[in-house]
Amino acid sequence: MLRFMLIRILQALPVIFVVITATFFLVRSAPGGPFDQEKVVIPEVKKALEAQYRLDLPLHEQYFAYLGDLAQGDLGPSFKYPGRSVNEILFSGLPVTAELGLYALIIALVIGVTAGVFASLKPNTVQDYVPMSLAMIGICMPSFLLGPLLVLVFGIWLDWLPITGWGDIPGDKILPAVTLGSAYAAYIARLSRAGMLEILSQDYIRTARAKGLPEWRVVTQHALRGGLIPVIAFLGPAFAGLLAGSFVVETIFQIPGLGRFYVQAAFNRDYTMILGTTVFLSSLIVFFNLVSDIIAAWLNPRLRHQFQGGSS
Amino acid sequence: MKLSSPFRAGTRSRCNEPLIPSRPFLTVLSVLFSLMLSGCGGGESNVVSGNRDGVLHYGNGAEPQGLDPHVVTGVPENHIIRALFEGLAVKNPITLEPEPGVAERWEFSDGGRVITFYLNPEAKWSNGEQVTAGDYVWSWHRALHPNTGNEYSYMLFPVVNAEAYLKGKISDFNEVGVKALDNTTLQVTLNAPTPYFIQLMDHYSTFAVHPETLLQFGEMTDRYTPWTRVNNIVSNGAFKLTEWSLNRRIIVEKSDHYWDRDKVSLNQVIFYPTENVVSEERMFRAEQLHYTQVAPLDKIPLYREMLDSPYVQAPYLGTYYYLLNTQRPPVDDVRVRKALAMSVDRDKLVRSVLQNTAVPAYSITPPDTLGYFPPKLFDYNPDEARRLLAEAGYPNGEGWPGVEILYNTQEAHRKIAVAIQQMWKSELGIDVTISNQEWKVYLDAVTQIDFQVARRGWIGDYVDANNFLDMFITGGGNNNTHYADPVYDDLILYKAPKAVTREERYALFTQAETMLMEEMPIIPLYTYTSKHLIHPSVEGMHANLMDSLNLKYVKLVPGRTLPEALR
Repeated sequence: MLRFMLIRILQALPVIFVVITATFFLVRSAPGGPFDQEKVVIPEVKKALEAQYRLDLPLHEQYFAYLGDLAQGDLGPSFKYPGRSVNEILFSGLPVTAELGLYALIIALVIGVTAGVFASLKPNTVQDYVPMSLAMIGICMPSFLLGPLLVLVFGIWLDWLPITGWGDIPGDKILPAVTLGSAYAAYIARLSRAGMLEILSQDYIRTARAKGLPEWRVVTQHALRGGLIPVIAFLGPAFAGLLAGSFVVETIFQIPGLGRFYVQAAFNRDYTMILGTTVFLSSLIVFFNLVSDIIAAWLNPRLRHQFQGGSS
Repeated sequence: MKLSSPFRAGTRSRCNEPLIPSRPFLTVLSVLFSLMLSGCGGGESNVVSGNRDGVLHYGNGAEPQGLDPHVVTGVPENHIIRALFEGLAVKNPITLEPEPGVAERWEFSDGGRVITFYLNPEAKWSNGEQVTAGDYVWSWHRALHPNTGNEYSYMLFPVVNAEAYLKGKISDFNEVGVKALDNTTLQVTLNAPTPYFIQLMDHYSTFAVHPETLLQFGEMTDRYTPWTRVNNIVSNGAFKLTEWSLNRRIIVEKSDHYWDRDKVSLNQVIFYPTENVVSEERMFRAEQLHYTQVAPLDKIPLYREMLDSPYVQAPYLGTYYYLLNTQRPPVDDVRVRKALAMSVDRDKLVRSVLQNTAVPAYSITPPDTLGYFPPKLFDYNPDEARRLLAEAGYPNGEGWPGVEILYNTQEAHRKIAVAIQQMWKSELGIDVTISNQEWKVYLDAVTQIDFQVARRGWIGDYVDANNFLDMFITGGGNNNTHYADPVYDDLILYKAPKAVTREERYALFTQAETMLMEEMPIIPLYTYTSKHLIHPSVEGMHANLMDSLNLKYVKLVPGRTLPEALR
C-alpha cells in the first residue's frame, strides 16, 4: 500500500510542475501589466515598482527565483494588495470556497441519491425516466446558465432569495450552493441508479425480500450500502471539482472565495496571485484524485490484497 | 425566516422514520442546512444597534488594496485612510476650502512660493507621541523616494526639486524644498505659487506616517511590510484601526489621542467591501448599512419617487469622454471631429441611458470647479454637423471609411457606445462599429494610442481646472490623442502658474480650454455624479464635488427609520 501511494505521489509531482511552468509563461504573454492604470504611471515610478517585485530581471531568472520561493512554500507578495502575501489571501478565501463546496456536495448527495434510488426501484418506468431525464438536463446545463436562471426565477420574479453575497443577508448561501451542486447531483443520480440496479438484482436482496422484509427496509438496510460504492468513489474528484470549479459560481454571486480571487487576479495581471491560485487548485485536484484512488484501492479487496502482498 | 421551512420539512420527515441507518448523518445535514440559512440576521439590525452605540455601518465599495498612504491609489482606500490619518490641512466638507488639520495655521511668503506650516502641538500619533515637522520631512522623503514606487508622488511635484529627486536627477533629499525649522514648524518651498497646494495636504499621498513604526518592520521604501496591520499601525487621525478581516470588514475606533477628539461623535466605523451594487442596496434596505457607496441604476427612479428619499445625488469631479486619435483617418480631420461631437444628443443620452444620473458636458473641466466654469463652444447641432462632414468630403456619409469606438468590457460603457453609434448613424449616415477589450488590453491600446475613438473617464484628484487641463500638454501621459500645441503648453505650464489673481488664472484656463475644444481631440459626454443611499439617522454627511466625507463630523440620531416605501 505504501509503495502504491508513493508511486502515485511521484507521478503527481511532474503534473504540478508542468502546470506551474505553463502558467508562468502564459500569464506573461498577456498584454498589459500589473501596474498599468487608467492614470498613467510615471516611468520612473513604474521602474521602481517593477524592481520591488523583481519584474526587472530577465524572465528566466524570475522563473527560477519563483521556483525557489515556491519550494519553500512562499507564493510571493500580491501585486494588487501590497502588504498581503498570496498565501495569506488564499487562506482567507479557502474557508469560504470550502464551505460553498461542502454545501453544494451535500445538496448534490441529497438530491442525487434520492433521485437515483427512486429511479432504480422501478427501472424503465415513468418513475425512472423523469428523474433520469432531469439528471441529463442537469449534466448538460452549465453553471453560468443555471446560476442566472435561478437568480431570475427565485431572486427577481419570486423575490424569495438574495441573489448575491455570502453571509451578508440570511439565505444568500442557498442559490450559489444549489447552482454549484446541481450538476454533481445529476452525476450522482446516475451513479447511484446504476449502483442500485446492480445490487437490487443480487441474490441476497432476493433473500431479504423472501424473508418478508418491507421494501423500504430492503432498500435502506441492505441495498443502499453496496449500491452507493460508486458514489463514494466519485466524492473525492467531485469535491476537488467543486473547489476548483466554483469560480464561475463565485463570480456570478460575488462570493469572496478562492475562485473569485482567481478570476480577478487574471484581470488585474496580478502574476503571483494567478500562479498561486493555479498551483494551489491544481495541487488540490491532484491530491483529491490521489485520495480517491487510494480509497478505491482500499475498498476493492482484490486490489487491497495485491498491495498488501506487494509491500510485505 | 420564511425560507427555512421547505428545507426543514424535508429533513424532519426523514428523521421521523425509525431505523434509518445513517441517522447521525442526517442530523449533521440539518445542522449544516441551518448554518447555510443563517446569515448575520436575527434580532436587531445593524442600524438600530449602531445608532445606539455610535457605530456607523459604511458600504465602502471594494476591499482596499492596502492602507499605506504612500502605496495605494484607490477610492475605497481613501475613505479608510482619511479616517485613520489626518493631513496638515483638511477640506471643509461643505465648502471644500482648507481648514486646520495637523497644522493649526499656515503662512505664505515670497509671493506665495514659501509656505510655513505651524503644527498643532496637541497633534498626536495613536501611541501618544507628538506629530512633528521631522515626521513630515521623513514621510515626504519616503513618498518621493525613487525606490518607493509611489504612484501619486506627482502630488508633491509643486515642491522645489521634488520631481528631480523622484526621477533620480538629484540624490540629496536636502535639496528638496521641505525643511523642519523646529519640532512644530515645517517650511515648504514651491517652484511657483500653487493655489491648490494646501488642498493637496488633504490627499493621502502627502500624509505623514510614523517613522519608527515603519522602520520596525522594514526599510523606509518597502511597499509590502506588515506595518499597516492591526496592532502594528500607528496613525494620527480621528480613528484607529482595530480589526481588518480580508473581504469581510474593517473596523476603526475613536482615537483617544486625536487632538480634536471632543468633536468626534462616532465611537466606531465599520467599513464593508460592498463590491456588488445590488447586494449593497439590499443590505441598505435590510438596515445593515447606514451608507452605500453607490445606488443601482435601475432602482434610482424608484428611489427618486419616494417621499423622504434616502437617495442623494450630487455633481462629482469627473468627466466621461471619448478620445479621438488626431493622427488616424478619418478623425484626423478637425471637421470630422467636430461633426461627431455635435451630433451626440447629450440630453437624450443622459435621460435615457443614464437615468438622469449625469450632467451633459461640452468641455473637459466639470462646471463650478472652485468657481471655474468651462466655456461652452458648441451644442447639439446635427445640421451643422452634416455641413462639416460634407465639407470634410463625406456628404451624407458617402465615402465614409468607417470608424470604431473602443471601450473596456463593461455593460455601462457598451450601452453608451451603442447609443452614440446609433446617433452618428441616424444623424450623419455613417457606419460606426463598436469594439470592447478586456481592461488591461484596453489600457494598453489607449496608452499606445492604437484606436480611432476610445472611451475614457477622468476623476480629479483636487478641485482645480489645472487637474483636467494639464492632461493635454504635448506628450502628456494621459493625453492619449496626439494633441500638441505649444501655445496651449505655454498657457498651462508657464502662464497660469504665474497668474496673481484667481480671475486672471481662470481667464487663462478659459483661453486654454477654448483652444482645446476648437481642436476637439476629445468628445466630452457627461459629468459624473456621486450617488449614495444614506439612512435618515445619519447627520453630517454633506454632498460635495469631491464626494469627500469627513467622518469626524458625522453623527447618528437614534429613532429615525427608513421611509415607508422601503419597509
